[in-house]
Amino acid sequence: MSVAIRAFESIGRRSVGFFDQVGYGSTLFAEALYWLAVGWRRRQPVRIHAVFHEMQQIGVAALPIATLLSGTIGLMLAIQSLYSLGLFGAEAYAYIGIALSVVREFSPLIMAILVAGRSGSAIAARLATMTINQEVDALQVMGINPVRYLVSPVVVALALMLPCLAMWANLVSELTAGLYVSAALNSSLGAFVNDSLTVLKVGDVWHGIGKAGLFGVLIALVAVVNGSSVSGGAEGVGRVTTWSVVQSICMIVVADMVFAYVATR
Amino acid sequence: MQAEIDYAQHIAALRAQSPATRPTEAELKVRSRVVEVDRLDFSFGPRQVLFDISLDVREGEIMVIMGGSGSGKTTLLRHLVGLMPPQPGKVKLLGKDLGSLKPAQLLDLKRKIGVAFQFGALFSSMTVAENVKLPLRELTDLEETTMDIMANLKLEVVNLSGFGALMPAALSGGMVKRASIARAIVMDPRLLFLDEPSSGLDPVVSSALDDLILKLREAMDISVVVVSHDIDSAFKIADRITVLDQGHILAIERVENIHNCGNERVRNLLNRRSVEPEVDPAEYLARLTGG
Repeated sequence: MSVAIRAFESIGRRSVGFFDQVGYGSTLFAEALYWLAVGWRRRQPVRIHAVFHEMQQIGVAALPIATLLSGTIGLMLAIQSLYSLGLFGAEAYAYIGIALSVVREFSPLIMAILVAGRSGSAIAARLATMTINQEVDALQVMGINPVRYLVSPVVVALALMLPCLAMWANLVSELTAGLYVSAALNSSLGAFVNDSLTVLKVGDVWHGIGKAGLFGVLIALVAVVNGSSVSGGAEGVGRVTTWSVVQSICMIVVADMVFAYVATR
Repeated sequence: MQAEIDYAQHIAALRAQSPATRPTEAELKVRSRVVEVDRLDFSFGPRQVLFDISLDVREGEIMVIMGGSGSGKTTLLRHLVGLMPPQPGKVKLLGKDLGSLKPAQLLDLKRKIGVAFQFGALFSSMTVAENVKLPLRELTDLEETTMDIMANLKLEVVNLSGFGALMPAALSGGMVKRASIARAIVMDPRLLFLDEPSSGLDPVVSSALDDLILKLREAMDISVVVVSHDIDSAFKIADRITVLDQGHILAIERVENIHNCGNERVRNLLNRRSVEPEVDPAEYLARLTGG
């Protein structure tokens, strides 16, 4: 077989694998929503304490690192904005770029990347280990639907907590940026906040929150698809965990671009 | 002939170790069938694993499915517990055809069966008691205190009372198996499936587990299907033994009669005698060269 045919075959196989995973992910998402909607009628409700537990792990436990990252991003944006606008003598307008880029872009994107690395990998590793240890089989034979028990809480928690983290990141980034800008321009923090609020519209905030919710669902599905398709023992767990983070970040960036294109036209 | 006489004595000695009462062949014959497998085939891709499997298990019976490694025991068990859909063939549990049930009906049916996996499949993030309570918590509306009582009761049955607060990682192999059985029986199932309950255990612990299986059958009046390659364990607990080899059923016999089975391969398995399969040199060469 020639190299070209082998390469062509490899591309074909990978393409089929990709669409296979997309189909599986979509089915899982639909099934997760189904159990959320009708689980209680079939005496298999999605337990609220399971959702809260995931929310605590994904959101509350991530607050320290989220605060550190978003504070640093705010500072970095302030430094770059003052430098670039300083070229035109327009440092006083730094708040416009900072407010819009933080709320519309940086907060959801950075929080999504953080959560993909921190929680997406953990979810993929947990599911992969459970699959290998036959824990998922055990759920099935007990009559407990694994999607309802394992996937639905994760999807809900990520879809809710990522917007919350993005909102927290908005506050922290704006605060650190405001502190730096006001110190650099010898103005007050109150003036920076006031100027930022005049330039920000409700739609900008919704833009960021909507994106964060979408990223949350993507991270959940990528982690679950990878975790449940594990093979090959401990090495397989490591592989799907790494692959889950890589795929999540790629999908977040692509989805961000598509979302921005669709929402700003 | 000498080997057969030894086997009869060996079986009688093993069964005498347990005071449990066993139903006679005549008693079992009049009871209803709780497991029925009819002409089941299964393939992994081009490789056929199960060939035309038909068997049944009666109410209150202990059926041991035996065979060497790779004989298809675990694949058959996965079909019996509904983890694999029957391709051609039928699997009926408690009179209901698994292939024709709606998802809700399948869930209801699964509440009436218990399964203990080979390596326990306990949830590593939960304590032993939480593992046992899981089916109650997820499938019933019982109060927490009632669930605690039921879980403690089942842990007591499997001699694990006092170990409920431990994590599965802190248990020995035998304790993990017993905890897994406690979880499998917590919903008071009518049918219990055990996958290799004695694998990896020392003879004393393995024998204690056999006694537990007999005790459970007597106390809970349940039918038990055990997948095992432990011949002594099978002789001790089984009413009937099904012998699988390379996906084919070689024999389904009462345990007292299994050593009289005329099949050469069954006798080899019982005598722990390995027989090299005859290989055609041309076919062997073709297999090696991929031709």
